[in-house]
Amino acid sequence: MAGVESVHAPLGVCAPSSTSSVPVTTAPSRHSVFVRVTHWITTLCFLALLVSGLEIVISHPRFYWGETGNVLTTPLFKLPIPSSRNLVPTGYGYVLPDQNGWSRYLHFQAAWIVVLTGLLYIISAFFTGHLRKNLLPRKADLSLRAFSATIINHLRFQRPSAAEAWSYNLLQRLAYLFVIFVLFPLIIWTGLAMSPAFVSAFPVTVTSLGGQQSARTIHFFVSLALLVFLLIHVVMVWLAGFRSRMRAMITGRAGTQTELP
Amino acid sequence: MSNLSRRKLITTGLAATAGVAGLGVAARFAQKYGLVPPDHRGIFGLGETLTYASQRLLTRHSLAREFSPSQISKPPFANETAPPSDAFKRLQTGGFADWRLSIDGLVDRPGSFSLAQLKSYPTRSQITMVQCEEGWSYIAEWIGVPLHHVLDAVSVQPHARYVVYFSIQPDWWDSINMTDALHPQTFLVYGMNGGELPVGNGGPLRMRVPRQLGYKSVKFITHLTVTDNLKTFGKGLGSAAPEGGYAWYAGI
Repeated sequence: MAGVESVHAPLGVCAPSSTSSVPVTTAPSRHSVFVRVTHWITTLCFLALLVSGLEIVISHPRFYWGETGNVLTTPLFKLPIPSSRNLVPTGYGYVLPDQNGWSRYLHFQAAWIVVLTGLLYIISAFFTGHLRKNLLPRKADLSLRAFSATIINHLRFQRPSAAEAWSYNLLQRLAYLFVIFVLFPLIIWTGLAMSPAFVSAFPVTVTSLGGQQSARTIHFFVSLALLVFLLIHVVMVWLAGFRSRMRAMITGRAGTQTELP
Repeated sequence: MSNLSRRKLITTGLAATAGVAGLGVAARFAQKYGLVPPDHRGIFGLGETLTYASQRLLTRHSLAREFSPSQISKPPFANETAPPSDAFKRLQTGGFADWRLSIDGLVDRPGSFSLAQLKSYPTRSQITMVQCEEGWSYIAEWIGVPLHHVLDAVSVQPHARYVVYFSIQPDWWDSINMTDALHPQTFLVYGMNGGELPVGNGGPLRMRVPRQLGYKSVKFITHLTVTDNLKTFGKGLGSAAPEGGYAWYAGI
């Protein structure tokens, strides 16, 4: 419980930003308990949403733009995969088993849990200073030189310095901010825009996207973007030292011991 | 440090107690206002109840989106259904002249209606979207009688909570609560796009619940029962859908 966050929390709300230089005397956590718990709940929910989402998509692997779309209309594009419905012309001679029932139940349950977790995370990130200290780019990062140095280090697949084990670098911060404040809101919005009941109360949520099928297509692309983020995230953790980074996110302890990749 | 942890312990304890008490109150509230779906048990009950309760609160008086005639899907789309039962085929050869809709349960005047009788009630139409949980959709003009007119004719008793509706096809039935049953866009549909309702789209008589996904709009309706308890129907999950693994509530 002696996380960096919780040590600073009582001060952080009203104190000026210089609190970040307060020396930490107790053994600090790399990640606060709150960040660790929300991280792993989000991970589990995202994997559940990914699997169930894929199962739902294969019942109609065609995408459209506008309000409506079905097998009699021209799709925007088709996924070259077999379908779990014999109604859909896929070019394959067989039909996959129908998994839509539990997939839909699981999709919405995981969505509820991850959305509520995300709300708690955002609220806490504002009030504990996590957002300001760990996610918003540092002033020093915002020079062109620092920015290009980070990019070059990434392009060279250079292992991060020991100091970097204690904070996020600029590209990490930008990636996390993009996921939290752009991709997550967008995937929730486009998901709700597919709900006939939700849009009956808030029609502008779907009309502003160009229609219900447009919302479904955008939802698909945003989920792809999130999948790309997940893959890069895992590769980066691997390159930075899988065991130490995993230990930091599970136990909170960030070792400075070197390890072989 | 020990003061801090004691304070933390007390706050956590208080928060947990408040949380449990809050959940208890929320559960009572949800039961009282009909915010708990019949398929609320099992591992997915939490998500299902949250979805149903929140959407019910948000959409109590909302109307499904209606579209302009130019947005009607051409050609009209009819998805596949199971091969018609013998009972259906018999009525079909008679041009559906003998099709009856029987209504019983918690009503003062149970009865049976022919299609001609249903058509003598005020005719209404709506241009709304059918959205399948699979992902496809189409827009059509649906012509019929709002269900509340028919329920008025049989005089629903005050303690009614659900309307259960049955297709002539075996094992195809569903139910909606009274909010949906009395909703102005919930229709018994007998016409489509200016003509008769084609068999492929559920003719001669189908339900339309346009604020929910297509599978709530059961085709080939022959029987309605008004009830205050869904436990006595099928496996007690509210409709055939949860028995096949699908959610009873299809607003999302």
